[in-house]
Amino acid sequence: MEPGEIHALLGENGAGKSTLMNVLYGLYQPDEGEILVDGRPLRLSGPSDAIAAGIGMVHQHFMLVPVFTVAENIMLGAEQVRGGIAGFLDRRRARREVAEVSERYHLRVDPDAIIEDLPVGIQQRVEIVKALTRDVDLLILDEPTAVLTPQETEELLTVMRSLKAAGKSIVFITHKLGEVKAVADRITVIRRGRTVGTASPEASRDELAALMVGRSVRLTVDKQPATPGKPILEVAGLVVDDDRQCRAVDGVELTVRAGEVLGVAGVQGNGQTELIEAIMGLRPALAGSVTLDGEQINGWSTKRVLRAGVGYVPEDRSVDGLVKEFSVAENLVLDIYDRPPFGKGLALRPDAIAKSAQERIAQFDVRTPSADAAVGTLSGGNQQKVIVARELSRPLKLFIAAQPTRGVDVGSIEFIHSRVIRERDIGTAVMVVSSELDEVIGLADRIAVMYRGRIIGIVGPDTPREEIGLLMAGITPDGAGMTPTGDTPASAPESPGNEDKE
Amino acid sequence: MTNSHPVSGSPDKEPATEPALAEAAGADRAATMAAPERPEEPRPSLGRLFLDNLWAANTVTVTVLALLLAMLIGAILIIVSDPEVLATYGYLTARPADALNSSWAVVSEAYANLFKGAILDPEASGFTAAMSPISETLTYTAPLVFTGLSVALAFRGGLFNIGAQGQATLGVILAAVTGFALPLPPVAHLLVALLAGAIGGAVWGFVPGILKARTGAHEVINTIMLNYVAVYFLSWIIVQNGVQNPGRADAISKPVDSSAQLPRLLGADLRVHAGILLAVLATWFVAWLLNRSTLGFELRAVGANPDAARTAGISITKTYVLVMVLAGALAGLGGSQMVLGTTANALTPLVVAQIGFDGILVALLGRVKPWGVLLAALLFGALQAGGNRMQSYSGISLELVTVLQALIVIFIAAPALVKAIFQLRAARAARLQTSLAKGW
Repeated sequence: MEPGEIHALLGENGAGKSTLMNVLYGLYQPDEGEILVDGRPLRLSGPSDAIAAGIGMVHQHFMLVPVFTVAENIMLGAEQVRGGIAGFLDRRRARREVAEVSERYHLRVDPDAIIEDLPVGIQQRVEIVKALTRDVDLLILDEPTAVLTPQETEELLTVMRSLKAAGKSIVFITHKLGEVKAVADRITVIRRGRTVGTASPEASRDELAALMVGRSVRLTVDKQPATPGKPILEVAGLVVDDDRQCRAVDGVELTVRAGEVLGVAGVQGNGQTELIEAIMGLRPALAGSVTLDGEQINGWSTKRVLRAGVGYVPEDRSVDGLVKEFSVAENLVLDIYDRPPFGKGLALRPDAIAKSAQERIAQFDVRTPSADAAVGTLSGGNQQKVIVARELSRPLKLFIAAQPTRGVDVGSIEFIHSRVIRERDIGTAVMVVSSELDEVIGLADRIAVMYRGRIIGIVGPDTPREEIGLLMAGITPDGAGMTPTGDTPASAPESPGNEDKE
Repeated sequence: MTNSHPVSGSPDKEPATEPALAEAAGADRAATMAAPERPEEPRPSLGRLFLDNLWAANTVTVTVLALLLAMLIGAILIIVSDPEVLATYGYLTARPADALNSSWAVVSEAYANLFKGAILDPEASGFTAAMSPISETLTYTAPLVFTGLSVALAFRGGLFNIGAQGQATLGVILAAVTGFALPLPPVAHLLVALLAGAIGGAVWGFVPGILKARTGAHEVINTIMLNYVAVYFLSWIIVQNGVQNPGRADAISKPVDSSAQLPRLLGADLRVHAGILLAVLATWFVAWLLNRSTLGFELRAVGANPDAARTAGISITKTYVLVMVLAGALAGLGGSQMVLGTTANALTPLVVAQIGFDGILVALLGRVKPWGVLLAALLFGALQAGGNRMQSYSGISLELVTVLQALIVIFIAAPALVKAIFQLRAARAARLQTSLAKGW
């Protein structure tokens, strides 16, 4: 690492990127080898040593106390006491420090805001400010963009550039090629715990992807033209509130036909989550109707919707998709455990569950030590494959996949995409919701763009990215539509977060 | 680098940096990391591997060690609480043998009596005397199995049932009233009384269950409050006309008819009754329910991740209510044994003793697994039975047994403590390393 450099660490899920960085940050002890800082070997017995050596880390999952204010979180662990009297916290000084650092690096944060009220992007900024107040020279960002919207990603990349200008070094862990190419000065690719290559950002995306997975990967999805059949899912005038009782879906109309993929694009938080949850019976619809294959399904329980032939890959796999403590086999029957052959009456059939698990694991290439391993020990890509395997292992009329490849490595993305297309080709209606525009463009036969709870346009997959990007920002081509207002982050079609192809 | 820590199989998604995880894994990680730091050592021998595995966070090992530690502290308490023995420590430097001998004598006698009272008295002659300790142990064990299962089942469903005491109390009331008020033939009478007990507990479990499911009211608070309601309801109902024993002025109910009593298993002189068989049956049932039934699948899924369970179409409301009803029914069955068994045959204000609260300890000690609960209840039953003999023969207060139980649970609840005390793995490896450095 050089001072004032952004060094990207690229690798598949489970390649060892985070482990390496946890060693650097003193959370794990190295078995062999040593770490050199300014030419001197460094032995870290914990994060405090790392901080003392000028290494700061922003974790993928933030380490913030949700009910504390920004300033309180930042002083946590390095509390200053007033006048040297133990027990009296010097809040004023903490706030001053926060203000100072945010001023110096142009990282706007309000020291008095409560963490849980802040959007994810700002929380991440707080983490960065926290690291900077500890006077670090090297900042480790562990998959910082996994949880961010494209706008937030763009802002983060700007922040990274300004930190670089201020002479800080940054290690940037990610598996998104576009981001790497946008900011990195040097790229190290890691595979299965080894460095497999160093590349410059001029390297092409395909080269980088090939280095990552060890073979060449298709970034576009191969597929035949769709042959749409009759409408399977019809949504009309649907109105849904979010958890805070704010209108999230405001009169959505859409149709998904058998044998086609409808992609729903849009900046996250424009009602996509609530729309799907309403279809799945997880959230009450306030008005409008949802029809599945001619039958009204609003008001149905989730179980009934699933039974009617709907497969669902939820957006947040660790929260909604999997029970981490359960084995892979149990997770593979999480929503069909009570149907033959897995359950009969009150009794479960463990042998049937185990047998089907073996088949699914082979069929969907789930890399797990055994079917009995807890699903939480698998890497993100393999966890996602478990969900996809579960949902695609029964006959479906409609398959809904929300962010099917978020936080998933390139190899698994390719695999999951091919399964989605295969499901389409056997005549299932498929709905893919993704904030990765590339994914939507690659998979969809028609793209519905959602903005502020409405579908503001349905376009073909050949539509230029710029046009879709404008739609995502709420600008319709005829100019008669909604104009973006200041508080709505404008989507940037050229944003590296969108994995653009040049 | 190799990372043998199991949780970090997915270092990308789940960095072991979540504080709780890191804390929990801390000892393990240090342990696994320490081992490969000795490159000069060739493949570990079989014995070494065996030891390593034994010292790993093996639950059986930790439980046994916790038991030993608790007995060690108990021994100190016995010595300290005996003035005569303590007096010998006054001249410890002059005649150390005195202090050591008298300490050994009092401690060994106490624990010998504990053993004789709980398991086997080698000097006993005759069948009845020989079986008496086991009989006592099993008598104390049976209700604890039920309350332990009640707490464990709820725990697996993600609910902390502090209300086993109240559910047992309702169970005992309904079982007793059915037992003396309904004129029924022998077998049917017992079954009806048991059923009544189960229903009583189930109702008392249903209330916090439905409150939790419908309104989100926390089950810990509600079950604690319902415990109070149940206790005072018991005190009230005992002195009502038709319930109170007409021949008595104190608070005691009519005795349960003999037709509603659980049959004794080993003759009239031994107290062990069919309740222990029911307990084994209940353990088997709960084990089946949890691991082999669709309901158990739902219950465990809701307990581990309610969001994913809901997304998979499992009704959380229904599951919470069912869990609490089942937990309550189990606790109610445990309670009804207090009057249908041989412990007592009439309601008194303290008839339930502490079985509900002890059930929480039993469930924790049994690692909230059904068969573990059975074993833990057996241990608690043995301590109770042995403690009685220890009190009458050695003059050591029964409270010591309570202290022992508490200490065991504390050590169990803090496995890291036990590991640290016994320098399990991590510390062992480290120690080995230092001795290697010294040229060992």
